[in-house]
Amino acid sequence: MGAQLEIQLIAAVVAIACAIPGVFLVLRKMSLISDAISHSILPGIVLGFLITHDLNSPWLILLATITGVITVVLVEAIQKTGLVKEDTAIGLVFPALFSIGVILIAKNANDVHLDVDAVLLGELAFAPFDRLLVAGTDIGPKSLWVMGSILLVTIGLLFAFFKELKVSTFDAGLSSVLGFSPVVMHYGLMSISSVTVVGAFDAVGAVLVVALMIAPAATAYLLTSDLKKMLMLSVIFGVTAAVAGYWMAHLLDASISGSMTTMLGLVFLMVYLFAPNKGIIAVMYRQRQQRTEVSLLTFLLHLNNHTEESERHINHLNEHINWQKVRSRTVLELAQKNNMITISNSIVTLTKKGKEFTDLALEYIVTNKDEKIEPMKDDFFLFRG
Amino acid sequence: MEGSKIAVQVDDLTVAYNYKPVLWDIDLTIPEGVLMAIVGPNGAGKSTLIKAILGIIDPIAGSVAIYNEPYEKQRKKVAYVPQKGSVDWDFPTTALDVVMMGTYGKLGWIKRPGKKEKKAALEALEKVGMLSFKGRQISQLSGGQQQRVFLARALVQDAAIYFMDEPFQGVDATTEIAIINILKELRKANKTVIVVHHDLQTVPEYFDWVTFLNVKKIATGPVKDIFNDDNLTKTYGINYKVAVNQ
Repeated sequence: MGAQLEIQLIAAVVAIACAIPGVFLVLRKMSLISDAISHSILPGIVLGFLITHDLNSPWLILLATITGVITVVLVEAIQKTGLVKEDTAIGLVFPALFSIGVILIAKNANDVHLDVDAVLLGELAFAPFDRLLVAGTDIGPKSLWVMGSILLVTIGLLFAFFKELKVSTFDAGLSSVLGFSPVVMHYGLMSISSVTVVGAFDAVGAVLVVALMIAPAATAYLLTSDLKKMLMLSVIFGVTAAVAGYWMAHLLDASISGSMTTMLGLVFLMVYLFAPNKGIIAVMYRQRQQRTEVSLLTFLLHLNNHTEESERHINHLNEHINWQKVRSRTVLELAQKNNMITISNSIVTLTKKGKEFTDLALEYIVTNKDEKIEPMKDDFFLFRG
Repeated sequence: MEGSKIAVQVDDLTVAYNYKPVLWDIDLTIPEGVLMAIVGPNGAGKSTLIKAILGIIDPIAGSVAIYNEPYEKQRKKVAYVPQKGSVDWDFPTTALDVVMMGTYGKLGWIKRPGKKEKKAALEALEKVGMLSFKGRQISQLSGGQQQRVFLARALVQDAAIYFMDEPFQGVDATTEIAIINILKELRKANKTVIVVHHDLQTVPEYFDWVTFLNVKKIATGPVKDIFNDDNLTKTYGINYKVAVNQ
């Protein structure tokens, strides 16, 4: 296997391993916690490195994971005092721990390949150089094995505890009543997130790890209202951005982790603009349609209220409802398209369908009962809430 | 209710937030088969009482028994409807899926819901008149519909005791009637239903048992005996004139 392919494979495995816990972090509104963990595990990593002198040692991963969980505990303890809010607590805890790590590196690890740059940005390009030897045989890059193992554990846990994760994320109270302790689920998720961050750290660094956790999930969230699909989409976005980022770095001769993060941002931007329901363009289109439909309804109600011909003349409508010509034309066309009105000799008349629609809409406005307008939701944005 | 079993027994329950007691030394005996309202002013600890009974919050003193056993042993006998506002309705899931969550308790850890659970969830959705919305994303439901989904989720738990935290909050009149009819059906089936309730006017009409709460327990018993001006005044601190249909 060539170094290029190995790098892409490592990037893809890291992306998947990060995307899965990322979905739950985003849904729990805990995105910032992953940022905190990714920085504050540094002292754990440095301590572990000083003890084991191996960046991929299980001891180092364990120590760093413990530091990650300690971060969460500290944040919650500070928050519980009620003196500061969660974001402030996060802002207090992780720089403190991170700076301890920075000092430890400066004091002790100057002579080894562990520097602050590598910690922040990772060294994916060097990952293939660190090989795993079993009985003298080279079986591939070490970080691929480490991340692959973490990914397998993550997937195993996801399959085993999917329903527990779902219910405790959606409704912690119910989860507790059903016997699935939200505290256990919370710290389980925090531990797995910490392990993932530690494992991915060496490859992609503290900054990109956050992006790989949060951006794919945030992107998927815009596209689906199904948790399983959200997980799958996150994985797809993560892998796509990771591989595309690698090639972008290759073409531009730039940092791999920087390019991957850029791709993640680009993917999010595209979805943010073009997502069919929640995308900005769709929302703008919907708002415009709703404006027209409100006008249509006003117009139909006016017709409904006035049987006299003078009130139903096209020109009169312009003056009466006080609209500009363009708007009147749009509304008239929409009403005609839906067979709600007929126009003869410039006199507008409600059709049977138009009358029924108006009555239903009126009833809805008066009673605010949603059932009345269920069938109308398919045709009209206005009633989709 | 003489001679009937005791569904919930609360002894000397005290709950504090940051060392400030929000519930003081509550003793409460709830007989089986009552439809009970918990009433009291804002901050009286009504939701806290339910949460402490269900072990969602740890009390600093006191004990709770569900049919003479600690709550942990009786989980499967209890269903819970939290306040609608306590969850994020933008969560990526459907009405049916939320109702399915009610079946998770009986399944236990790891085991997944199957056909049987889905069938039960669909039946519960039908009971609350929400079957046609089963595939709807929950943020696309109106407030009343969301509350019905929560109720369906509790029904699917098929419990002996139902705890509900303000199920009538923010629902229209039709939904309120639909919900109360289902609660009355539950009582007919000898289930015990405990509801945190705000609208004092409807207490005599909806409930047969009532607990007045304001940090301390003021009174508890049959509505016809204790739902009077005296207790209302003690609970709310001002002279409450409410017409009580005796």
